[in-house]
Amino acid sequence: MKLRTLVLGLCSASALAFAAHAETITIATVNNGDMVRMQKLTDDFTAKNPDIQLEWVTLEENVLRERVTTDIATKGGQYDVMTIGTYEVPIWAKQQWLLPLDNLGADYDAADIIPAIAGGLTADGKLYAAPFYGESSFVMYRKDLMEKAGLTMPDAPTWEFIGDAARKMTDRAADINGVCLRGKAGWGENMAFLTAMSNSFGARWFDENWKPQFDQPEWKQTLDTYVTLMKDAGPSGASSNGFNENLALFQQGKCGMWIDATVAASFVSNPKDSTVADKVGYALAPDNGLGKRGNWLWAWSLAIPAGTQKAEAAQKFVSWATSKAYLDLVASKEGWANVPPGTRTSLYANPEYQKAAPFAKMTLDSINAADPTKPTIKPVPYTGVQFVAIPEFQGLGTTVGQLFSAALAGQMSVDDALKQAQDAATATMTEGGYIQ
Amino acid sequence: MARAVTTQHKTIATAAAWIVALLIFFPILYTIITAFKSEQEAIQGFSLIPSGTIESFREVQAQSGYFHFFLNSVILSVGSTILALIVAIPAAWSMAFSPTKRTKDILMWMLSTKMMPAVAVLFPIYLIFRDTGLLDSRFGLMIMLMLINLPIVVWMLYTYFREIPGEILEAARMDGASLWGEIWYVLTPIAVPGIASTMLLNIILAWNEAFWTIRLTTTEAAPLTAFISSFSSPQGLFWAKLSAASTLAIAPILIMGWFSQKQLVRGLTFGAVK
Amino acid sequence: MATRQTSNLARFMLAPSVILLFIWMIVPLAFTLWFSFQQYNPLNPIRDGFIGFSNYLLFFNNPAFAASIINTLLIVVSVLLITIIGGILLALLLDQPMWGQGMVRILVISPFFVMPPVAALVWKNMIMHPGYGVFADIARFFGAQPVDWFAQYPLFSIILIVAWQWLPFATLILLTSLQSLDGEQKEAAEMDGAGFFSRFIYLTLPHLSRAITVVVLIQTIFLLAVYAEILVTTNGGPGYASTNLPFLVYQKALLEFKIGQASAGGIIAVILANIVAFFAMRAVGKNLDK
Repeated sequence: MKLRTLVLGLCSASALAFAAHAETITIATVNNGDMVRMQKLTDDFTAKNPDIQLEWVTLEENVLRERVTTDIATKGGQYDVMTIGTYEVPIWAKQQWLLPLDNLGADYDAADIIPAIAGGLTADGKLYAAPFYGESSFVMYRKDLMEKAGLTMPDAPTWEFIGDAARKMTDRAADINGVCLRGKAGWGENMAFLTAMSNSFGARWFDENWKPQFDQPEWKQTLDTYVTLMKDAGPSGASSNGFNENLALFQQGKCGMWIDATVAASFVSNPKDSTVADKVGYALAPDNGLGKRGNWLWAWSLAIPAGTQKAEAAQKFVSWATSKAYLDLVASKEGWANVPPGTRTSLYANPEYQKAAPFAKMTLDSINAADPTKPTIKPVPYTGVQFVAIPEFQGLGTTVGQLFSAALAGQMSVDDALKQAQDAATATMTEGGYIQ
Repeated sequence: MARAVTTQHKTIATAAAWIVALLIFFPILYTIITAFKSEQEAIQGFSLIPSGTIESFREVQAQSGYFHFFLNSVILSVGSTILALIVAIPAAWSMAFSPTKRTKDILMWMLSTKMMPAVAVLFPIYLIFRDTGLLDSRFGLMIMLMLINLPIVVWMLYTYFREIPGEILEAARMDGASLWGEIWYVLTPIAVPGIASTMLLNIILAWNEAFWTIRLTTTEAAPLTAFISSFSSPQGLFWAKLSAASTLAIAPILIMGWFSQKQLVRGLTFGAVK
Repeated sequence: MATRQTSNLARFMLAPSVILLFIWMIVPLAFTLWFSFQQYNPLNPIRDGFIGFSNYLLFFNNPAFAASIINTLLIVVSVLLITIIGGILLALLLDQPMWGQGMVRILVISPFFVMPPVAALVWKNMIMHPGYGVFADIARFFGAQPVDWFAQYPLFSIILIVAWQWLPFATLILLTSLQSLDGEQKEAAEMDGAGFFSRFIYLTLPHLSRAITVVVLIQTIFLLAVYAEILVTTNGGPGYASTNLPFLVYQKALLEFKIGQASAGGIIAVILANIVAFFAMRAVGKNLDK
């Protein structure tokens, strides 16, 4: 055993040596429910492609991102298929790190992919990643609590209404918080929410000359609204709440409203996990009457690194996992409610899906309401609704996220947080050569 | 009379020690308990009595087959420990029995190699591993873990060997033992407790190393630290599944630690006893 | 006794360890030094090249830098204090005659076997979580508002977790040392009518000093490098409240992919570690030579 290990380790090309017989492709993926489900359905793929073996690397989101980015940047060649988001795709495509997906098969029907999603995954007219599931964000609310507060949720609420309703629904004695929002620091955590929110207030990260805009009144208004709303109607410890924490709170009936990813709808409406499954209503993300809503756009997508030796097999897999047939497969095995949402227009026209997923229409409307190329009211030099698609954003977004999280926790004033954010952004952009 | 005081004293000491011990052990105990709860139960407030479902274990096993990761953890921790001992025993012997003016400096220098923050050298190491084809290989990772723990191993063995009286060796030499014979037939048996406890400590350290084992592996060589990373914060309720995965990840080393506790303690003194 | 033959052999046997560790030290160090003078961001390869001391300046001028140095030292010192004082108390307790001593000892040393990410995940989700943690349950039982540990006391929370992991190690070493204390000496002191405290101060504590030095030395090496616990729990925040130096380097390297700055941070960390080690090792050296 030991000797074999040594030998295997020493002849480093072992992976290639094996590939001669049956090709093994390594897929890096995030540990979300839809991906875990895909892993369990692997048999269907290997039955259709007996010469391809699949190896899964399932990692927590942050570790996954760290691993695949390190690997692709150093051309380590450890993965044949990578699960990445709409943030990475344009940056990596520009570096020519990804293979264009031009061989997905005759019946793939790329035109069926929801245009807003496809737009975020396309560069120079070529698709560089295939969406596995897509999401926007919207308001989930408790119909019963809304009624008790004597209010009716409009389909397209304003921030004013949300603030008003949240305060009325809050009942500290009964441990009910009017609204649950993300507070945990991270560019994909609180900053996803806050950047999307800021769009509806007319704020932007940078002006056309890449000058940071945190010193502008729009950002102050965004952050003031957020911090006071959370103080008045948010749960305790909100500054460490991310998607999961809020999900658990909402499922336990402790939130009146929750503004977060549309994929959450399938969790909160699932009676197995949720105590409020039959009481949830949905509405578009709020706006401020300025013509933009505070919803984001994201798609976990499958991409193939340019360094892979097994491009053909990898494309076969990507095509299988993001095809219409895969949706049917999940539906037949686990029901329509468990189908990965947000990728194909045809799914939303399917009456069976509409029946199983009452949030279907609202999800599609939310996705369609987001425009990565024109995220906010004023013009911007970047793409991305809740992020800025430049390599520096991960670090900068997280730094700013920490500052805003500190403001939420009351450890820093809103003004200080904004000032430090402006300084950090200016330093990063100067260092990156955006500001001369 | 004296006896009564002793019993009273013993009762108080027992009670106090058990309370403290249970408090310290509580996080682990509660994790094991939660592993046998359903996801719903897990977030329903404090309870020490689980429903006893093994659903979480089943789901964890279905998502990431445990055995592969477990086997890698065993191979990596034991393998790197053996490599480290092979290199360290002669070094420790030499420092303990032929000390020079610089021995102490060398020891301190060895320990100082552990001061470089791992993350700062990730990129260079990743590039080296890529170019030598050692990414995701058990052998590469074994070398890595060996290097990381070597200073501690050398030091621990050195302090243990130093306690062995030199006269024993002289006696052996009188009997005409060669130098190698001296090491293997005379020294080693005396040193076994020290070597055993060094080995155990090193296995624990290697088993629990969670930076390189995640960053330098993909599938083939991935140990339990990578296994845990796929359960740390997925979407949806995860408390019970995380507990099940954590229980599985720490159980082998915990059980090994419990059984070898006496051996571990015997040599774990770093020469601090006298 | 040290014939020429033995000393040659000794050198020969020492060589593999020294050579291996030397390579292991010098190769990464050389790379890191080299990168620390480069602008190297693999995500933005267009702007690569030599930039002198800019990386160091950027790292120094980072508002998180000062906080990270303070936090690093706070973590090391606090955890050392907690584990040594707690370890001595625990060792004294475990040294008493009692029923089930073996089992008690097993329970006490268990945290040492738990891998850091698991320890952090367990404390974060099962114990200190403001909604579902045991602490919150206890607070609610007494009708109090649950504390959001990681937001309100981030550094304290991390110190608590790390101290929990290292307390067993300190206890074990101190206990072994305590048990080697000569029984006759103890009895003699008792006969002299020395009370528990004077016995502790004049007899036990001096006896333990060497064990304490060992604990300080070994733990300092590991505590200077604490980072997994921070990554899992607070992510360095809120603000920079729980960012230590290794975590700051981690952020530069694996979040921002500013390898140049991360390398500069690494070099700074090595220098800091060596300053700390210089004092620690002087003390240890003196104590170990006795």
